[in-house]
Amino acid sequence: MGATQTHSEYQYENMVGKTGFSTEQIKNLHMRFQQLCGNEKTLRKEHLENIPTLADNPIKTEIIKAFFDKRNQHNNELGSYEEIGFEEFLMVMSHFRPPSIKTSAEEKAAMRKRKVRFLFNMHDTDGDGKITLEEYRKIVEGLLSESESIGQEVARAIADAAMLEVASTNVPNMGPDDFYEGITLEHFEQILKDLEMESRMYVRFLDMNTANLRCGK
Amino acid sequence: MAEQWRSALLLCLLMAASSLASTGTTAPASTGNDTEHGTGTINTLPIVTWKWHHVEVPYLESHHEHGGGHNATGIAIVSFKWHHVESPYLVAVWILVCFFGKLLIEANHKITNYIPESALLICFGFILGGIVWGADKVQTFKLTPTVFFFYLLPPIMLDTGYSMPNKLFFTNLGAILIHAVIGTVWNAATLGLSLWGCHQGGAMGNIEIGLLQYLLYGSLMAAVDPVAVIAVFEQVHVNEVLFILVFGESLLNDGVTVVLFNVFDAFVSLGGGAIDAKEIIKGIVSFFVVAFGGSLLGFVFGLLMSLLSRCTKNVQIIEPGFIFVLGYLSYLTAEMLSLSSILSVVFCGICCQKYMNSNMNENSIQTVRYAMKVFANGSETMIFVFLGISAIDKAIWVWNTGFILLTLLFILIYRFIGVFILTWMLNRYRLVPISFVDQIIMGYGGLRGAVAYGLAVNLNESKIKEKNLMVCTTLLVVYFTVILQGVTMKPLVQWLKVKRAEIAEITLIEKVQNKVFDHMLIAIEDISGQIGDNYMRNKWRNFEEKWMSRLLLKPSARKQQDHLYNVFHQLNLQDAMEYVKEGERRGSLEFIRNESAFVDFKKKLGEDYEEAMPDIMADMPSNDPVSTCRRDVLPTVSLEMHEQNMRGLREAEGINAHHLLDQHLYKGRKQHRYRYSRSHLDINQDENEVQEIFQRTMRSRLESFKSGKMGVAPPKTITKHTKREPQTKMPNGKNKPYHSGDEDFEFSEGDSASGYDTSFPTRVTYRAGAGIENPAFMPDLDPSSPLHIPPWLADAGMEVNPVAPSERAQVRTPGYLHRLSSLRTNARSGETAQDRDLPTPPPHRDDDHL
Repeated sequence: MGATQTHSEYQYENMVGKTGFSTEQIKNLHMRFQQLCGNEKTLRKEHLENIPTLADNPIKTEIIKAFFDKRNQHNNELGSYEEIGFEEFLMVMSHFRPPSIKTSAEEKAAMRKRKVRFLFNMHDTDGDGKITLEEYRKIVEGLLSESESIGQEVARAIADAAMLEVASTNVPNMGPDDFYEGITLEHFEQILKDLEMESRMYVRFLDMNTANLRCGK
Repeated sequence: MAEQWRSALLLCLLMAASSLASTGTTAPASTGNDTEHGTGTINTLPIVTWKWHHVEVPYLESHHEHGGGHNATGIAIVSFKWHHVESPYLVAVWILVCFFGKLLIEANHKITNYIPESALLICFGFILGGIVWGADKVQTFKLTPTVFFFYLLPPIMLDTGYSMPNKLFFTNLGAILIHAVIGTVWNAATLGLSLWGCHQGGAMGNIEIGLLQYLLYGSLMAAVDPVAVIAVFEQVHVNEVLFILVFGESLLNDGVTVVLFNVFDAFVSLGGGAIDAKEIIKGIVSFFVVAFGGSLLGFVFGLLMSLLSRCTKNVQIIEPGFIFVLGYLSYLTAEMLSLSSILSVVFCGICCQKYMNSNMNENSIQTVRYAMKVFANGSETMIFVFLGISAIDKAIWVWNTGFILLTLLFILIYRFIGVFILTWMLNRYRLVPISFVDQIIMGYGGLRGAVAYGLAVNLNESKIKEKNLMVCTTLLVVYFTVILQGVTMKPLVQWLKVKRAEIAEITLIEKVQNKVFDHMLIAIEDISGQIGDNYMRNKWRNFEEKWMSRLLLKPSARKQQDHLYNVFHQLNLQDAMEYVKEGERRGSLEFIRNESAFVDFKKKLGEDYEEAMPDIMADMPSNDPVSTCRRDVLPTVSLEMHEQNMRGLREAEGINAHHLLDQHLYKGRKQHRYRYSRSHLDINQDENEVQEIFQRTMRSRLESFKSGKMGVAPPKTITKHTKREPQTKMPNGKNKPYHSGDEDFEFSEGDSASGYDTSFPTRVTYRAGAGIENPAFMPDLDPSSPLHIPPWLADAGMEVNPVAPSERAQVRTPGYLHRLSSLRTNARSGETAQDRDLPTPPPHRDDDHL
């Protein structure tokens, strides 16, 4: 046991530099990771799909996909993994790390960029660098599927309208016959520039292990 | 709507306020003078002075005698009963004066850009106070605690609760609570102790204040005042987190202030010796009871209100009244149980806003919002004016340089220290730390206001010898913070480059993205196994959806709950508005040519015409037969607003659109009847402005089309006389629209003089050149009655309504004519078309739709 302990200690330190989590946080996340994958080495999609609280999430598929997306590992690779190790898991999680007081402005900008990138990847399911109308519709449909009163028609219409909004802000002088084929990353950044990404897209990673506090999970 | 309630509340306010405000018999005189001077020129000599008190006693006596005499002999036709109306009259006049003051101040935006309104209102109060003083030599009007706490404060607090940004508030609740509770206790303790220390050191001279009294004084000065804070921060537009921190603190510290004040007040009464550990513990316990009890009470009232709003559908007129009455009751109940009344009413508002807004009818919601603002803004105005007036009173001014200056100094210093320490502690746990600049603004935003003054006046003079000194120092602190800090706040914010609030523009994509955020964060928390804010929020939301909504929302309202959809709906409504405006701006039907809008009405074709404009979107979720059209309908409207033309829906002409627009809007006119009844206000029950504009436009247009039909008569038949007339008048008409006036009369006379059997041809020649410039300016007449038929024309035996005279003058480009001609349809229209070389339009409008 001692050997593996030091091994993981070493690994942790490696990851601290890479992801910016504290050792404590990494330990906690590792515990959670093992809990999720049932003490195997790798995590597969079924593992995440089996999380009970996630079942009601309307964008569950997209989120799970994001974990297995190679683009989110920042290795300039495309495609997706079948299963991921703890390191990959941690990398994805690191997108949700909150900024600290010490974070400099440049770092914040970089963080923001990564977050936007993550979001973009989540929308862009086929990985062609563009969020097409089809892809966007899917998300909106998912979001609206909660409320039973709003049908698919409306969801599509909303997606269409939102898409047009993007098109109009980015390509102001579009001819009536032009076709806006999809939101690119730049456009995506452009639309979301007013959203306070830094202060919103974060999760509080506690130093304390809370995984066991949740009853029945 | 809710007129009864408004007036009822106002009446209560008037009655009670007056009984307190007007004490002396000299009151009427001063009021009379005030109204004159306050509203008009202040510096000029009064030409007429109303010396009521000069004549009051003899006058009234004689009056009584007179009345008595008359009683014996006969009935007085006119009698002057000042005493009968005195109190409400005075209150009404004071309110009027305050409002006029606001009017004056707001008239000049150059000044309000630099000096906040609250400061100006206080200064206005100084002037009024000076006038009263000058007239009476004694201050007869001042802000009494009863008036303030019972009548002026509740509306403001209810409004803040009701329009509180809930999510923001609860996200920052931790920080707010820390500042409100610990910060206030800190302020109170340090101020009291420091002043006492200075007193011991001999800085104050010879005054009789003990330690406990200093602490009591500290506790009343500690609280940041919500009214003052809103007034100043509303005009500064700092970022929302900073705003909610200061504002939330000012709201929630009321619980603390009340407790501290009561506890120390009790301690002062008990005397220093009787205070033991037991009493202190009792004080601490009472804090929890007062604060949480107040909040809980508000919560209960809020739930009650929401429940009630489920079943007020049948009394829609008084529906908005419930919120005011119940809100006020929650305040009074808390006061009765000696709980924190401010917390109670604020939480009542916070808790019910969501449910009320979904349960109530659209009109009621607007009424509530508007009436809330009227009350709150009115009360705020009066508070500041009266704070100013209260200063001009010789009786309260006791000068003690040491005491006053030290108070000011300590308040500022300790506020800053407190803020820095607390935010330093908070920043260690906050994910988004509060920056140093923000902290400075938080410290500087510690404005004191009327609550402190109200409490100070409430002090018992028999126990606290130096009450007047305290009152006058409190007033000075209020002036200092509201005026000086208020004025310097804006430059400071600019100078420090504090992050400002962004103008929140709802774009659909942002809303979608926000929703994505929410779900994503919850998912990530789920996966990472953390219990975070999002987890708790999700739990609450689920609970809320499952239980609260089911209990408190109408079934129909529950369906409309999706925010994303709401934004979409709003955007669409906005589009419709823009669309109409644009059309009116252009003053013609041309705007309808815009293809993108066309679809909108196409959809309507498949449905009943009765539907009102805004309902186009409102009924979206329901399944309907023409949903195939709908897919196109929705985006295209939004598209219109953002001026996107890439939508490839190309239609040759808007003819069809004309047709449809015309059809169902003209039909819609039937709903638009004014009926008077006290309990029903059902003009445009389910329509709103948009539709009304449309209706008007279309109605007047159709009237013109009707008369256009008469264009059949060939111009050659017109006599020489009538021919000449139009030619001369045409150029005039361009600049000078007629208003059914004299010129019309002249023509008619000319017609009759010419011996022509009907007056039609004259009109026709006018019509020939007439495009409809802006029909919305047409007088809105009851369509059922013949329009604008002067008696002399009515005699001529016309079968069809003539056109409104003003339209004839609206001669513009013949280009419109071309388009209009398509609508000018009739059996006879064929001839017209030939005459004018216009294409024969299809018959668009059936007469049975009229």
